[in-house]
Amino acid sequence: MIETIVSLELPVGEHLAIRRNRLCYKEDIKSLGRVAIVSGTHGDELEGQYICYEVARRISRNPENLAGVVDIYPALNPLGVDLASKVLPVTGMDMNRMFPGDREGSAMERIAAAVVDDLIGTDLCIDVHSSDIFVQEIPQVRLNEEFAGRMLPFAKLMNVDVIWMNATATVHEATLAHSLNIMGVPTMVVELGQGNSIHMTYGNQVVDGIFNVMHEMGIWTGEVRPTQQPAISSDGKVEFIRSETDGIFLPRSKHNHFVNVGEPIGEIVDPMTGQLKSRITAGRDGLLFTLRNYPVVYEGDLLARILTGIM
Amino acid sequence: MHIHDIYAVHSTYREDMKIRGYTFGQGDKSACVVGALRGNEIQQMYVCSQLIRALKELENNNCICAGKQIQVIPVVNSYSVNVGRRFFGVDGGDLNRIFPGNSYGEQDRRIAHALMEDMGSYTYGIQFASFYMDGEFMPHVRMMETGYQNASLANLFGLPYVVIHKPAPIDTGTLNYNWQDADTAAFSLFTRTNWEIDERSAGQAVAAVLRFLKRMGIIRYDSHSGYISHVLYEQDLSDVHAGRAGIFRGLVRPGDDVRYGRPLAEIIDPQEGTVRETISAPTDGIVFFAHTKALINQGDIVYRLVHRLHE
Repeated sequence: MIETIVSLELPVGEHLAIRRNRLCYKEDIKSLGRVAIVSGTHGDELEGQYICYEVARRISRNPENLAGVVDIYPALNPLGVDLASKVLPVTGMDMNRMFPGDREGSAMERIAAAVVDDLIGTDLCIDVHSSDIFVQEIPQVRLNEEFAGRMLPFAKLMNVDVIWMNATATVHEATLAHSLNIMGVPTMVVELGQGNSIHMTYGNQVVDGIFNVMHEMGIWTGEVRPTQQPAISSDGKVEFIRSETDGIFLPRSKHNHFVNVGEPIGEIVDPMTGQLKSRITAGRDGLLFTLRNYPVVYEGDLLARILTGIM
Repeated sequence: MHIHDIYAVHSTYREDMKIRGYTFGQGDKSACVVGALRGNEIQQMYVCSQLIRALKELENNNCICAGKQIQVIPVVNSYSVNVGRRFFGVDGGDLNRIFPGNSYGEQDRRIAHALMEDMGSYTYGIQFASFYMDGEFMPHVRMMETGYQNASLANLFGLPYVVIHKPAPIDTGTLNYNWQDADTAAFSLFTRTNWEIDERSAGQAVAAVLRFLKRMGIIRYDSHSGYISHVLYEQDLSDVHAGRAGIFRGLVRPGDDVRYGRPLAEIIDPQEGTVRETISAPTDGIVFFAHTKALINQGDIVYRLVHRLHE
């Protein structure tokens, strides 16, 4: 059943509405396990659109196997998704820095609070993000170490390639995941692919993991596909490769494969003069799990990340 | 006056973005003033430019006290100023959310780090800041309740109000918060506007900073004593929300004395011209903040009132 969990009038003939599709075919909902799949907080991260679709599609084909509640929120920032805008249109604010929101605050703070209120009581929340529009990521779960003890068993079932603990800002304060975890709602961030695009292979991999988790929780009684064991890392095992100059980045390596020390990762070139400004090579052996696709770079921009210690 | 480059951003397609510090006097790093961290902080940049002009004259007249140094950084984010954008770079980072930064991360974090390296050792830090909501304020000094804040010192600016704000998780990345963390007594000053120049409040802001510098024994300057500031906690402000969306017709302005039940604003149907809602004052008080844009969303804050205070 599709419900609107919060709606605010916009100036001309339209509402900003956050909608949820509740999939449940049993009575007495309160006694059932409940999983929430949340996406579209950043409007340019579209991988979650496919994941939401595919989860809903698989459930609707075999509804008899659903023994609990699955809540799907494809777009927490619907205007942003419509405009391919990471941030909230008009205000320019990052919605994933506004949680847990404020019931008495500005319109967007109220929306954030309404989202949190609706998710309270969920047994597991999966917050699906793409990478940004600049770099490509393999499927991974990002956990804040503060909650890793509780979340790691769930994360291991997610069929991702990597579990990265204490990772980037996506698991930090003022995010949906951090706020929900603080409130006692187990929440993990899944990140995959790249902004403004959909990688169906990665999406199917994560969807298999979601059904695997739901199976373990007793929410899905149907068959599940075999899943893989992820590499588990902390920040100390991840090597960041950043640009030390401005220019145009040309990748010289393939994403998602093992690299050895000294292996080329890419080049930064000057389009005006035809000169090579910087040659980037792997500083350590490991899995190239992040690789930049967006060409224009400034000093400090992320070019690649290598997960070490897993070979 | 001495001018030095604090940091430079290099771009393949633009001239360098040079962050410049203008220093006056020599000796202890006494006071540092910062203007536009965001590209829409035009008023803030303008106030700093007028302050530089005034300090230059004072220095020429030997009115900077011996052993005291003042620095003014009128604009940090000039790249965004020049293209009419609020945030920095292609990924739209908010420079006032990534302090203290670091020397090895993304460009915006390197900027923040360089600024903290340069400004972190000043005794007093003054930032001309902007709020996340568009609108006009009563000129005031804002301080975060970090445990290090000193409202008595804030009074010395002689502005009408001092507002003490309890920091939310999102505030821990602001310059003000990190200045305080570095043992700098930090103050954020708000004048009426951002994008537009408001000469009256700009002049008031320049006078407030010079008054403060005089009272702290940093400059010799004869000034009016200003206000004995009214100190209030942000949570004590009464927020007035729009019940409907549409065209906003404000009937009162910051500083106006309002009475319970008096009309404050009308929300107009943008197509039929009829009044959708008349917003009334929920309490007696003084208008502290007013929404000024032509359009309003349902739930937006249209006014913030200083509860039960009269002129």
